[in-house]
Amino acid sequence: MKYLKQFSIILAISLAGEILNYLIPLRIPASIYGIVILFTLLSTHVISVDDVKEVGKFLIEIITVMFIPAVVKLMDFWDHLYGSIIAYSVIVVVSTVFVMVVSGWVTQLVVRKGNRR
Amino acid sequence: MSGFIEVSAYVGVTISLVSYFFGMLLKKKLKLAIFNPLLISVVFTIAFLVVTDTSYTAYESGAGFLSWLLTPATISLAIPLYEQLELLKKYRKAIALGILTGVLTSLLCVLAICLLFGLSHTEYVTFLPKSVTSAIGMGISEELGGYVSITVAVIIITGILGNMMSPFILRTFHITEPIAKGIAIGTSSHAIGTAKAMEMGEVEGAFSSLSIVIAGLMTVVGANIFQSFI
Repeated sequence: MKYLKQFSIILAISLAGEILNYLIPLRIPASIYGIVILFTLLSTHVISVDDVKEVGKFLIEIITVMFIPAVVKLMDFWDHLYGSIIAYSVIVVVSTVFVMVVSGWVTQLVVRKGNRR
Repeated sequence: MSGFIEVSAYVGVTISLVSYFFGMLLKKKLKLAIFNPLLISVVFTIAFLVVTDTSYTAYESGAGFLSWLLTPATISLAIPLYEQLELLKKYRKAIALGILTGVLTSLLCVLAICLLFGLSHTEYVTFLPKSVTSAIGMGISEELGGYVSITVAVIIITGILGNMMSPFILRTFHITEPIAKGIAIGTSSHAIGTAKAMEMGEVEGAFSSLSIVIAGLMTVVGANIFQSFI
């Protein structure tokens, strides 16, 4: 029963997320509403971590596999990719390096400032 | 052969999962991020579909159920985040500022390079969520009308790059504080980068993994604002 209960809670939150996604005219995915709902329920102790832990960890463990169909769909995008590969590569490499350097520097600055006080 | 594949719901999934496990084995043996199980699985699955002359639609009718659990699984990301609550409260300023500037940098980089190459709106929103975890990035791309498959592929490649380059980048730019290293890796290269942060140390790993969800949430808001710029 433990797993069924945990799974039901997580599915109910998924439903709540989809309802919010439907009702609120913002481009926010249902899963994001769900994360906020579950995090709020946990931090206000309405539900405890033990009510969702095992099933939640199981779902997170297998999450990578769930992306396979979406990426396989690239086979239908071949021609499109072929023409823009240079621009796409520049975006990926440049932004990855910049983001890492900026967030690292800013965090380091804040941490060191805090330590000096 | 392709007739049977279109009838059976399990052929496509089995190929995908078996090659995924093959990828995990390769990664374990060779310890290189480039042997990403997801990428290996995708390469094998596409090769199989092409060789057997099966359409994506036929494959998707069976394997599509894999995606069905994506929303509940993404929601579960709130659990590890909640378990880091103490850390989150204690370092809230460093976390908030470090991740926010990282997220803004990512959105600005994508905007600038898309303008430079004259890319379309659809391509632009495809790349906006490129630095965050696939679960959240895929949802953003879907909501904004991007090419979801390209978004997910780009996210995975970003993760692999971050994983492989982070020791060199952090050293070159003198980022030595463990908290800063963790947040830099988690914000730029989500879960795949976090594997490297965990090798660096416990603090690096913890901060990298909490950055995954927070960067994702900030990017949802940021991408909604940035999407109107191209």
